[in-house]
Amino acid sequence: MGMTALTIDAEGLKKSYGTRTAVRDLTLQLRCGVAFGFLGPNGAGKSTSIKMLLGLVKPTGGRALLLGKPVGTREVRARIGFLPEHFRFYDWLSASELVLFHGRLCGLADDVLRRKVPYLLERVGLGSQDSKPIRSFSNGMMQRVGLAQAIVNDPEILFLDEPTSGLDPAGRKLVREVIREQRDRGATVFLNSHLLGEVEQSCDRVAFIRHGEIVGMYEMGAWQSAQTEVEIKAARVDSASLSRLAGIEGLVVVAADVQLGGHRLRLRVPSADCLPEVVRCLVENGAEVFSVVPQHVSLEDLFLHMMGPDPGL
Amino acid sequence: MSDKTIDVPLTAEVRNRKGIGLPANTGEPINIPRGPGALRTVILMARVTFREAARRKILWIAALGGAAFLGLSWAGLHAMIASMSPKLPAINRREGIGMMLMMVLYAGSMMTSLMAALTSCDTLSGEIASGTIHAIATKPVRRWCLVLGKWAGFVAMLTLYVLFVEGGSMGVSWLETRYFPPHSFAVLGLIWLQAILLLGVTMACSTRFSALTSGAVTLGLYGLAFVGGWIEQFGALRHIKTCVDLGIVASLVMPSDALWRRAAFRVQPPLLGAAGVSAFSSTLVPSPAIVAYAAIYAILALILAQILFEHRDL
Ligand SMILES: Nc1ncnc2c1ncn2[C@@H]1O[C@H](COP(=O)(O)OP(=O)(O)O)[C@@H](O)[C@H]1O
Ligand SMILES: [Mg+2]
Repeated sequence: MGMTALTIDAEGLKKSYGTRTAVRDLTLQLRCGVAFGFLGPNGAGKSTSIKMLLGLVKPTGGRALLLGKPVGTREVRARIGFLPEHFRFYDWLSASELVLFHGRLCGLADDVLRRKVPYLLERVGLGSQDSKPIRSFSNGMMQRVGLAQAIVNDPEILFLDEPTSGLDPAGRKLVREVIREQRDRGATVFLNSHLLGEVEQSCDRVAFIRHGEIVGMYEMGAWQSAQTEVEIKAARVDSASLSRLAGIEGLVVVAADVQLGGHRLRLRVPSADCLPEVVRCLVENGAEVFSVVPQHVSLEDLFLHMMGPDPGL
Repeated sequence: MSDKTIDVPLTAEVRNRKGIGLPANTGEPINIPRGPGALRTVILMARVTFREAARRKILWIAALGGAAFLGLSWAGLHAMIASMSPKLPAINRREGIGMMLMMVLYAGSMMTSLMAALTSCDTLSGEIASGTIHAIATKPVRRWCLVLGKWAGFVAMLTLYVLFVEGGSMGVSWLETRYFPPHSFAVLGLIWLQAILLLGVTMACSTRFSALTSGAVTLGLYGLAFVGGWIEQFGALRHIKTCVDLGIVASLVMPSDALWRRAAFRVQPPLLGAAGVSAFSSTLVPSPAIVAYAAIYAILALILAQILFEHRDL
């Protein structure tokens, strides 16, 4: 892994199809043992980004190293795993034949695979259906086989493109567990998703991509203190105090309405540090503050905030 | 990377500092593979492609068609023999049988050509469109090996098909009349080369075009060669140089028909060839050079397919 220990190091990756730009600027540094969530609406450029990192698609600009080596080289490909979007394969193969085939393509010896394939199929919950042709499999079962073939070579980077599409709740839980396991072994997990809950539960870091551009990158947990919302109950709030509040840098008045017995304000503040100033500002303008309650900002709120009112989901 | 076994679980940080590989999912010894060798990749892909092709409905329909075709040619030969007067000199008998067999072989060569184009036209384009290729091409394998493996799988299938239909025709002829055409291996080889040539062209197209387009391009070229062949023969018969030249150009663009005409020349009884009257032969017999040209063409088509596939986005 060398001195840098960066597993993914992308700088200004760009992909245009004719005049259409699929990915404008992908700059990303990830280390091992990190689960990274790549969130964006359909058509935002998530799959194209992954394909550039895998060497399937040639970038029209920028550069990228995986495990310290140029993307797409065989040496790198031997050490990564990939579950494509809508995984499909020759449908006459059985689940174990499929994983065996991919293991062989990874260069693994047959005697290793003989032990490993049943273990992996067991792991993804297909232990009892390993000899059925995958023709008879549901979408969710296909995704599970796809997951098994993606980790057959014990990858150091695991790329998952919308792994939970078509999966039932048990399947989604399984994907979360596999992501956690892989991360805990020290692999970097790169997860594409438009499902916020998924990313929220399994990732350490998340980036939002929109129209081919990363519009925000957060450490999970850290973004909650970076983006705090508070609900304030107060009486005698006048418009002068509201406009003074709006003057505080970085503060957004999300909602202000009059309720029985007073005002309810919902504010988004850049950090918890400016709460005293908010309260002082209200009090100095003659308001009576009854309560200041920090609100949980879900990833969904953040997502909608980043993507604007119509993310085109 | 290390190939040591790690039995103590290490944190990512420690592993990192030590610069050793990650523990395996199953606690298997860690060995970071460099991917399968070129030959192994080709064999893996050839096997899976052969099995995939062998499962196509079109192949079974074609096999049924081939069987029906063999039955028909058998019945035809039988009727012909029955109708021949026993006083007919042996040489005339042979001539009749030879003519019949040549027609049967011709129809068979058309079937194998059609099969070559139709079974392979969606192998690359279809798998690129469906995403099947994504899981394969991200494995530590060389892309040109994938193409070569697929090609080899189809070659195996087409070889069996040629043996079944064309070898079967010759077998039927021998069983019914005890007549076996001359140069049978060379003839089989030429018809086989025709199929391989069309396979290469179809695969090269299917790296960039849809299945339908690829099939249409190949069959279009095949048709062009066919028409060119007739124009050339007509021109040779009537001594019209322009027609001969047009035919030669068509053969250079697609030598498939020239291969057949060479096969037809080899298969006919020597006397008939000397008389130069057959509709299928050979007033102008394609030279062995065109066979070499076709073989090089087929190999170049395969190499082109590999290069085009190597340099495309998947
Ligand atoms: N092969 C291609 N040719 C032309 N446009 C493409 C191609 N692949 C993707 N695009 C375009 O690039 C954009 C990003 O696509 P994609 O990366 O698949 O998005 P996502 O995975 O986030 O849904 C889309 O607008 C899509 O239409
Ligand atoms: Mg996508």
